Amino acid sequence: MDKPANFAGLDRQLLLGNEAIARGAFEAGVKVISSYPGTPSTEITVNAAKYPRIYTEWATNEKVGLEVAYGASLGGGRAMSCMKHVGLNVAADPLFTSSYTGVNGGLVIVVADDPGMHSSQNEQDSRHYARAAKLMMFEPADSQECLDMTRQAFALSEQYDTPVLLRLTTRISHTRTQVTVGEPIEQPRRAYVKDMMKYVMMPGMAIKRHVVIEGRQSQLQKDLDSGLVPGAFTITRKSEKLGILTSGMAYQYVREALPDASIFKLGLVYPLPIEQIRAFAASVERFVIVEELDPFIETEIKAAGIACEGKSLFTLQGEYSLALLNKVFHPETVLDPAYDTSALTPAPGRPPVMCAGCPHKGLFMALNRLKLTVAGDIGCYTLGALAPTNAMDACLCMGASVGMAHGLDQVTDHELARKSVAVIGDSTFLHTGVSSLINSVYNGSTSTVIILDNSITGMTGHQQNAASGLDIHNQPAPELDLEQLCRAIGVRSIYEVDPADIKACVKVIKQAVEEPQVTVIIAKRPCALIPPGIGKKEEVVKLDRDKCTRCQACIKIMCPALLAGPDGYPQIDPNICNACHLCTRVCNFGALKGGNEA
Amino acid sequence: MSQPLSLNIALVGVGGQGTLVAGKLLGTVANLLGLDVKVSEVHGMSQRGGSVITYVRMAETVASPIIEPAQADFILSFEELEALRWAYLLKAGGALLVNNLQIPPATVSTGVAKYPQGIVSELDEKALGQSKVFSFDAQKLADEAGSYRATNVVMLGAMSRLTAIDPDIFAKAIDLVFPEKLRAVNHKAFQSGSDIIKYTCEF
Ligand SMILES: Cc1ncc(C[n+]2csc(CCOP(=O)(O)OP(=O)(O)O)c2C)c(N)n1
Repeated sequence: MDKPANFAGLDRQLLLGNEAIARGAFEAGVKVISSYPGTPSTEITVNAAKYPRIYTEWATNEKVGLEVAYGASLGGGRAMSCMKHVGLNVAADPLFTSSYTGVNGGLVIVVADDPGMHSSQNEQDSRHYARAAKLMMFEPADSQECLDMTRQAFALSEQYDTPVLLRLTTRISHTRTQVTVGEPIEQPRRAYVKDMMKYVMMPGMAIKRHVVIEGRQSQLQKDLDSGLVPGAFTITRKSEKLGILTSGMAYQYVREALPDASIFKLGLVYPLPIEQIRAFAASVERFVIVEELDPFIETEIKAAGIACEGKSLFTLQGEYSLALLNKVFHPETVLDPAYDTSALTPAPGRPPVMCAGCPHKGLFMALNRLKLTVAGDIGCYTLGALAPTNAMDACLCMGASVGMAHGLDQVTDHELARKSVAVIGDSTFLHTGVSSLINSVYNGSTSTVIILDNSITGMTGHQQNAASGLDIHNQPAPELDLEQLCRAIGVRSIYEVDPADIKACVKVIKQAVEEPQVTVIIAKRPCALIPPGIGKKEEVVKLDRDKCTRCQACIKIMCPALLAGPDGYPQIDPNICNACHLCTRVCNFGALKGGNEA
Repeated sequence: MSQPLSLNIALVGVGGQGTLVAGKLLGTVANLLGLDVKVSEVHGMSQRGGSVITYVRMAETVASPIIEPAQADFILSFEELEALRWAYLLKAGGALLVNNLQIPPATVSTGVAKYPQGIVSELDEKALGQSKVFSFDAQKLADEAGSYRATNVVMLGAMSRLTAIDPDIFAKAIDLVFPEKLRAVNHKAFQSGSDIIKYTCEF
């Protein structure tokens, strides 16, 4: 093709894997997407919301999201639910049984793993869910495949009457590659037909459905072995010396590190086209499996009696890379670097920090002063565990803080409740904290729960939630009243406090922990990064040098807008300052002025 | 050009400094050149003031989206300490462009570590082969162009001087990536980045 260099390429869009999945859903005629945010999956639903033809929503949690999508499928439309890997743990209950009932309209569940834990609390491998729930699972290797496989997944979901999983990893989700988009198809809604034997899963019906899904799986296996499932795999035959079985991002590293190897690339990572793989393995002298995280494919291959190498060569942890493959296959590779790294001064680490104006910081400074045991939860506020506040003792999974505080309370016969609190964000509280709070009240807990209500789901990039008063399109929505909700649950003692007012926080928390009943503190102040923000730019903090004693108390709060100057005086970066008043409140000399000092 | 262009560019900085937009711009440039390209971004936790890197690889075909040690033709560092952190990615003969800005990380503000002194001269002195280090106050140039937020585009302008890519392609990419009202500032920022290298080279 002879294209003029300057104008070539405009037919190709540069899309994130996540954007390409949203596009694929649009092209597949998807009607409903219900998701809960979670890095690295969030941008799928954010981008799908830009297509007016698709109904999208933020669900309260992943279980709800999948159930909404399932209902839409039951009603005959194509539907999708997207989540991060740990989200599938929350949605596992509907997942397993939806495999039994199958679908009406196509149903696709997107799950994004995070090898290397860029933004996650664990490194679990979601492929195990495909085997456990007996579901097909696709794994794309770039953005074009994200789009194509999404379309494919919907077609196969309807053809085999099954929900289909689409598995991503962070590097696929968050890499832009070139995509040629297609035309959307017209996908008329299928008629809803009442079918108790198929959709009401009581033992009598489920026993029969189990027979059906085993039949479905063996039919699928036959079709795979005969090469009849489109997109399931591609084979590139080159050298007979080395054959690689791989999928997803690992495929890209293999392609670059081993340009001469024969490659069996999987599109479908469960179930596997075992007989095709057996023939491939027999055609090469050395057969190696390259897969990130667990030996999932390797275990299947070994169970089928096919000799292979895999995790004997590669790690179970983190992301793979070209360098890692070179180490195994070309240990003789020499680099020609610009620096002898061992001769350079080591660079001190740069962990993430709370933003300038973050409302969580004041509350955590209060917790730090009180030296309480803090049962933590997941969100921006988890950074409260780090310096300078160091005020979190445990963080497990979303919603866990409330139950943990109750457990600490009971195991010490209510003693520790005097010295401990749970902290939980607004989105996290609604996700899974509410049911735990019901449990605490019902079971006579004396624990204290602090809801950090910043009116947004912050950590994942500012998604609205049921308590923020806006929907996924930033349009007005019913705003859940957290205080009324807690009252309805049976909480008798509820306080509200401004988290930026450290002194008020200390006072309220001291009082709350002493109460012999479940107590809730709602620490309410919107995130500094969402409109309207905290302060106006004209109100950024200024230093009065005459009053400053260079005590550095303001520097110790570690605000990104406040740096220690070479002369010991604080320097305020007006571009970063969000005009909160935290630094003016810690200054004992009145040297910092401005902000909206209330 | 007889050989098709092949470039590995690492954009490094502190979360929120604009490496994502710079990556998108470079991706668009590659697209306009008719090259294959991959742009690997960081979203999530590290965006909260952590160390971030965007990898851009363009060539006739690109497989892995990640730049490996000693593989980068260019590192554009939006902050000094981050230049030190990621310098190992640069290959001999590559160029390291550093914005003269120091943002002390939390480890420094809490006194756990010290911010290394003289980073730029150290990087300059210890560079092997024909590798080059360029440093300038990109934020000031961006401010002068109309907004400190255009620091990323000043950096790209500087880099463009050191490549064979036609500046018009960059101009076109700026028009494609930015909304109307931000274009003028970014064209200006690009030009002043480009000029600063011109003058530096003439020293
Ligand atoms: C089961 C599960 N789903 C999603 C996530 C991703 N995630 C981490 S924190 C968070 C929400 C945080 O929002 P909020 O509780 O309001 O706190 P904020 O970040 O606003 O302070 C989400 C969705 C997760 N870790 N686990």
